[in-house]
Amino acid sequence: MPTDSTPTTEAATSTDPAPRIEFEDVEKKFGKTTVLKDLNFTIGRGERVTLIGPSGSGKTTILRLLMTLEDLTDGYIWVDGDPLTHDRRDGKRVELKPKQIAQVRKRIGMVFQQFNLFPNMSVLDNITEAPIHVLGQSKDEAKENALTLLDRVGLRNRADAHPTQLSGGQQQRVAIARALAMDPEILLLDEVTSALDPELVGDVLGVLEDVAETTDITMLIVTHEMQFARDVSQRVMMFDGGQIVEEAPPEEMFTRPKNERTQKFLEAII
Amino acid sequence: MFDSELFLEALPVLLKAFVEVTLVVTVLGSLLAAVLGLVWAIALRELPAAIGRPLRWVLDFIRMTPLPVHLLVVYYAFTQISPKTVGILVIGIHYSTYMAESYRSGIDSIRSGQWEAATALSLPRSRTWRAVILPQAIRNTLPSLGNWAIAMFKDTPFLIFISVPEMVTAARVFGGRNFSYIEAMTVAGLLFLLASYPTAVLMQKLEKKLAY
Repeated sequence: MPTDSTPTTEAATSTDPAPRIEFEDVEKKFGKTTVLKDLNFTIGRGERVTLIGPSGSGKTTILRLLMTLEDLTDGYIWVDGDPLTHDRRDGKRVELKPKQIAQVRKRIGMVFQQFNLFPNMSVLDNITEAPIHVLGQSKDEAKENALTLLDRVGLRNRADAHPTQLSGGQQQRVAIARALAMDPEILLLDEVTSALDPELVGDVLGVLEDVAETTDITMLIVTHEMQFARDVSQRVMMFDGGQIVEEAPPEEMFTRPKNERTQKFLEAII
Repeated sequence: MFDSELFLEALPVLLKAFVEVTLVVTVLGSLLAAVLGLVWAIALRELPAAIGRPLRWVLDFIRMTPLPVHLLVVYYAFTQISPKTVGILVIGIHYSTYMAESYRSGIDSIRSGQWEAATALSLPRSRTWRAVILPQAIRNTLPSLGNWAIAMFKDTPFLIFISVPEMVTAARVFGGRNFSYIEAMTVAGLLFLLASYPTAVLMQKLEKKLAY
């Protein structure tokens, strides 16, 4: 839990610890298209939540907003009670400075559908780059951590390889190690197996299941792998048209969906 | 007729002009152009439009007006600078505007996922440029930079406009003195070829070496 960050009025007035993530009246438009509107939800500390829904329902946008890859059109996102991109001061919405945003963003990591490893660096350098240059770790320390993480994802023997020499599944496991090297409180997984050959999916999900079991990292997962969602997450949120249409624990959601839209969606994909 | 004795006589004379002027101007001009071009390309992406747009106008203006005009203007405007230095600066700046375009397309070719991964790791902007974007972009840009350097090399005879005694001028003087131009001009052409060709080969090798 971050202790060095300045608490906002929100966090200061509340006696309970602030939720890990809070979306408050979030709106996101791309041009004239509204993707998310009046979206409110909270994610608890250590909670693992899967977002499902048809494409265009806004689930990936939620992850991208949290990672500050997209600008919020309106509303607020709070991380541990701290404002992510916009703060409320005297009832006004104020955009934060890049340095302030970076402070909170450091607590968040993301794994992408397309891996997005840096092809000009070795596997090891991909993992140590940010710990050295963002967290200020020494090279030796970063290397040691990286090798431990590579062990965990089963790729220690490929530390000196370049990403182009690896299979998609191996690249994605390196990408997971790279995100974990930043010791994030929140891990965003954006369709991490969608670009993989079917026989490589299992290894990647296995690594993520291990992370879920052995850490208390809060996870937000966008996936079409329903078995994985069921195994890993404590809550599933069904999105449609930028709104949460239903949310429930996975067993309930996948066996007895209440909402008609959810039923149709699950029928179509399972 | 082709006088081979005159040819051999012209060789050392022109070689001297080649090394002292053509080569020096090309090497220093290329370095200047490569550095400035990169500065322009990054500035155009990073600066706010209020500064970026005027910068773009200036670069477009330079790129779309002839090199000899620039040489003459700067030569007459700054008489205190030696003509050779004027040549290096003007050629370097002129070609930096072309190289900036090459860098720009190299940078644009980097997939947005690379920028996003850098953001997700909270890498500072400067570090993202230095460690992630530029190593990939420059590798994509290198062949084109090499071509601009060779084009610059072939443009050095324009220095005749500001009376810098580069190789082609030396060949003309030599030809005039001996009442036969063909030998000296042949030497000049061969020297150009002898320098351009290995440069092109070298660039190809460098490209391969930078591949990953």
